[in-house]
Amino acid sequence: MRGRRLYLDGVSVVFDGFRALNNLALVVEPGEMRAVIGPNGAGKTTMMDVITGKTRPTAGIVTFGDLDLTRMDEAAIANLGIGRKFQKPTVFDALTVFENLELALKAPRGPIACLRWVLAGGGRTRIEEVTTEIGLTDRAHDRAGILSHGQKQWLEIGMMLMQDPDLMLVDEPVAGMTDAETEHTAKLLARIAGKHSVVVVEHDLDFVRALGCKVTVLHEGTLLSEGSIDHVQNDPRVVEVYLGR
Amino acid sequence: MDTAQPSRARLGLRAVMITAVAILAIFPLLNQLPADNVFHVSDFLVSVSGKWICYAILALSLDLAWGYAGILSLGHGAFFALGGYAMGMHLMRLIGPRGSYGHPVLPDFMVFLGYQELPWYWLGFNHFSFAMLMVVAIPGLLALVLGWLCFRSRITGVYLSIITQAMTYALMLAFFRNDMGLGGNNGFTDFKELLGMPLNTGAARISLFYASLIALVASYLFCLWITGTKYGRVLTAIRDAESRVRFLGYNTTSHKLFAFVASAMMAGIAGALYVPQVGIINPGEFSPGNSIEAVIWVAVGGRGTLVGAVIGAFSVNGLKTWLTSAAPDLWLFVLGGLFVAVTLFLPKGLVGLLQGRAK
Repeated sequence: MRGRRLYLDGVSVVFDGFRALNNLALVVEPGEMRAVIGPNGAGKTTMMDVITGKTRPTAGIVTFGDLDLTRMDEAAIANLGIGRKFQKPTVFDALTVFENLELALKAPRGPIACLRWVLAGGGRTRIEEVTTEIGLTDRAHDRAGILSHGQKQWLEIGMMLMQDPDLMLVDEPVAGMTDAETEHTAKLLARIAGKHSVVVVEHDLDFVRALGCKVTVLHEGTLLSEGSIDHVQNDPRVVEVYLGR
Repeated sequence: MDTAQPSRARLGLRAVMITAVAILAIFPLLNQLPADNVFHVSDFLVSVSGKWICYAILALSLDLAWGYAGILSLGHGAFFALGGYAMGMHLMRLIGPRGSYGHPVLPDFMVFLGYQELPWYWLGFNHFSFAMLMVVAIPGLLALVLGWLCFRSRITGVYLSIITQAMTYALMLAFFRNDMGLGGNNGFTDFKELLGMPLNTGAARISLFYASLIALVASYLFCLWITGTKYGRVLTAIRDAESRVRFLGYNTTSHKLFAFVASAMMAGIAGALYVPQVGIINPGEFSPGNSIEAVIWVAVGGRGTLVGAVIGAFSVNGLKTWLTSAAPDLWLFVLGGLFVAVTLFLPKGLVGLLQGRAK
């Protein structure tokens, strides 16, 4: 088991008086897979923004191992080994699938290092492995801009794999995917977990059930319930939030 | 713009570039032909194309910043002018005692303004190598400071464009002041020689022409190299989705800064080659309109393709030279119309037309 423990406690984010996160606590152990669910506006994406340095918390503790993430910028946090897949897939349209993966490949990130960069055999093999893993082998030299929505989702997952992060934050990985693709994604994520910590935000409860991991339910920026999928589905507070009173 | 474009189209563009350089390279030779020969190139065309070559280098530098890194600078004319001023200071020092007032060291305007001695920042400019260092160092330093302040504060898009525009305007106002010790509104002129060559001879003109052409080819190859590396692809990625690049672990500030500084230095070299060819540099070179015109060259040629920037600089300036003598009142309307038309109908510029055919 490698990696560090992700620890959030008392985290609040206030935007112009609106509490996007309210005294949120979350612990993800190294190698753990965690699903985060909750209705729209529950604060799932804001939580990821806080972990990855996009949003500074108004209050609270966010640490990864013994490192304080609230003092770092996005690039530094990414280099610590926290990868993120966005809800809306953002790949680099003007570059090919191969080039997108090459940019994500773990390597020195400075301008001079990039100018002098030569893709060695190991890196090429890794890119080819990931290209196969995400099923885009025959599209490797097509521009990412012409991929379908589902393929862009895959490419973005692939880019996250290339970074080889200790912790992966995956925001709605199966939005817009077919059932077969959804199933493939669940298997892929299950395979990744164990080696890496994975936090998956998802609306699709069947998908969450397929992941078979501990589930955290957020509501109005705070922790509502935590436990197995059966536990949270039978929690009266969760039922109330999801089904109304 | 798209690194995955068909290689045939890309090769076609390179062929255009090679042809253009080859034609320019024989201009001075064609100039030697008798005036009634159909291939004769007039003195005017030789000297004006020498200027266009400098503009093409400026266009390339702007394309690197804008077309590849997405930094729309509306102040690149300032880097060009600063390079020009550094060269101008060298040329002024070389006048020596040949000025109208015959002072052994001080340029005429300083004698006129009652200076007793050379201001400290003029020291060293009598050496060619020091002056050439300043040609790149001064624009580079300005780009470094301005870029660092803007990029680290994540100022992008139109806000950054406005700041760069304000920067060139502020410099123009500053250089207009006589107490800057840089010639005030008259700037520098009456240059005599460069590297021991009298500037009013044909040999000097041809040497400067070839020096500019070599600088253009070198700038082109430099940009071609940069954009072909992973660094070039990082720039493209920053242009299209900067925040995503940060989440991949790239410090985009340093990447943009590197490109911006390299670009400013290239613009400085262009300005330094321009000044001895036109024989004058004054604060008008900082005018915001100049920077905006440079943006139009790149847009017309096709931003994000190096050849496009060069084609744009030559074609818009060719049109300008012709139209400002044929119908001077029309030029600004045509320039404005051109920008609107390209934005609406030719987002990839003239190069987009060529690529469309090649496909």
